[in-house]
Amino acid sequence: MIELSGVEKQFAGQVVVHPLSLTIKEGEFLTLLGPSGCGKTTILRMIAGFEQPTSGQILLDGTDLTSLPPNRRDLNLVFQHYALFPHMTVEDNIAFGLKMKKLPPKEQRKRIDEAVTMTQLTALVKRYPHQLSGGQQQRVAIARAIANKPKVLLLDEPLGALDLQLRKNLQSELKHLQRSLGITFVYVTHDQEEAMMLSDRIVIMNSGKVEQIGTPREIYATPKTLFSATFVGENNIFSLDGRLFAVRPEKLSVERNPEGCKRVGEVMDVLYLGSIHKLVVQLEDEPMTVSVVLDISDERPWTIGEKVGVNWKTENEVVIGP
Amino acid sequence: MHTKRKNHPLLGIHSLLVMIFIYVPIGFIIAYSFNSSRLAADWSGFTLDWYVSLFNNRRVMEALGNTLTVAIAATVVSTLLGTLAALSIRSVGRKTKAGMGGLLYLPIIIPDIIMGLSLLVLFTQFHIPLGKLTIIIAHITFCISYVYVIVSTRLAGMGGQLEEAAQDLGANAWQTFRHVTLPQITPGIISGALIAFTMSLDDFMVSFFVSGPSSTTLPIYIYGQVKRGISPEINALCTLLILVSVTLIFLAQFVLNRGKGQKKQSVLPF
Repeated sequence: MIELSGVEKQFAGQVVVHPLSLTIKEGEFLTLLGPSGCGKTTILRMIAGFEQPTSGQILLDGTDLTSLPPNRRDLNLVFQHYALFPHMTVEDNIAFGLKMKKLPPKEQRKRIDEAVTMTQLTALVKRYPHQLSGGQQQRVAIARAIANKPKVLLLDEPLGALDLQLRKNLQSELKHLQRSLGITFVYVTHDQEEAMMLSDRIVIMNSGKVEQIGTPREIYATPKTLFSATFVGENNIFSLDGRLFAVRPEKLSVERNPEGCKRVGEVMDVLYLGSIHKLVVQLEDEPMTVSVVLDISDERPWTIGEKVGVNWKTENEVVIGP
Repeated sequence: MHTKRKNHPLLGIHSLLVMIFIYVPIGFIIAYSFNSSRLAADWSGFTLDWYVSLFNNRRVMEALGNTLTVAIAATVVSTLLGTLAALSIRSVGRKTKAGMGGLLYLPIIIPDIIMGLSLLVLFTQFHIPLGKLTIIIAHITFCISYVYVIVSTRLAGMGGQLEEAAQDLGANAWQTFRHVTLPQITPGIISGALIAFTMSLDDFMVSFFVSGPSSTTLPIYIYGQVKRGISPEINALCTLLILVSVTLIFLAQFVLNRGKGQKKQSVLPF
């Protein structure tokens, strides 16, 4: 569907995106995940046409997009701060792209109605953007984009400006929308939980470089680099003979009797989070703490300062890096 | 969230004093324009005679005609040039932009007397006869700055994302300008034009240097009359000038607020 081959971006001699090759499949929900400044938004803007790659090519359905201006690319971007036209109603905002494409009025009407129904905006079509809440504005931004029936929808941290509860609701709406539309989504976020929840595949980025590409399960279970091991989910990193391996907190167990355990330490904190019950243990011989997620049925009482053994099965060790 | 702050009682008195300080002189002019006595010192009854005689005064009408011609011409040209400057300066590099922006802003800071003098020197140098044309050119030079500042503030406030969104939705450069940029900066253009008109209307200093014998504007006429003592006619003239500027600004505000249910915004950025 979309193919990036050797795409690189430099700003004033500084490499922002290292040469990147990536194929995004039709109907896929692909997320570019990374901390701010990692180059993920720049990649999205290069696909949309607002930035020109320093070198490399971007292909959509086999045709080279690289030198086309944004208005001639068959894809749409949902902006981080929505970028709704303040002087137009919700309806006019959604109609904008259709008018620019000079679709017949009947088809325009049909597309607007579809987009409005799908994003549950029917009651709000005559309103102006400033009369809407953040969540509603976000819906308009999505409706405005999908009304064009683009081949690919690009989303730049679309939920970043919303509060947690609303974000959670919209996340599932987005996923649902993507499934029912069957459009390819390229999604940018720094929220690893959001990425895990929504994506078919995740591209983890750090300082302009791809750390790992994989399904959420692959990324969580077998992180390839130290960065992906620690950026997605909580992890405990141990070193052995100069090599690193990671063990997820839920794969660790604690024992009152340290004998036969792989590590020994002292309970530093007991965290009760409802569905999760965690211990933080300061190891004895290493300057590090480990997190242990206890089994939900584990009712043993723990006191801070108590000496415990930390253990895990060797098969749960994930070797990291070269 | 909002709790009503309790202000110190002296603050109220203070703002009242400031208002008095600002508006008492203007109040006097307006009040005495209706005074039937020729002397400013005493009040001898209400009259509209001075307004009537104003309109029968050929020289006042001539000055008014000159003023309006100059103001309208200067407003149209400077609004166009200032807006174009604000739009085009966005496409240059950051350093050039800062430099050019500063140069465009400078005429606001340069003392009027220097603006007037330098323009006079220039016109004499090129043997351009002083008259309405030179006043118009002079007014355009300082009006561009006001329009530029207001429109570019408006453009900066709009940000680049709206235009990118328009392009993303398939609009070409002209369509983006026509349907997104222009509607967004229209309030800025209108308010820039208004400021330019007002600045031109009441400019005395620059006009004084570059006007010729047949191009007396209202401020120059008023100055000439005042040298022979303040007459109630002048008070009437000033009252009308105040009325015109205030009405124009309120009108523009009204038109803006009526426009498509947008958030209320002030015409004047300062």
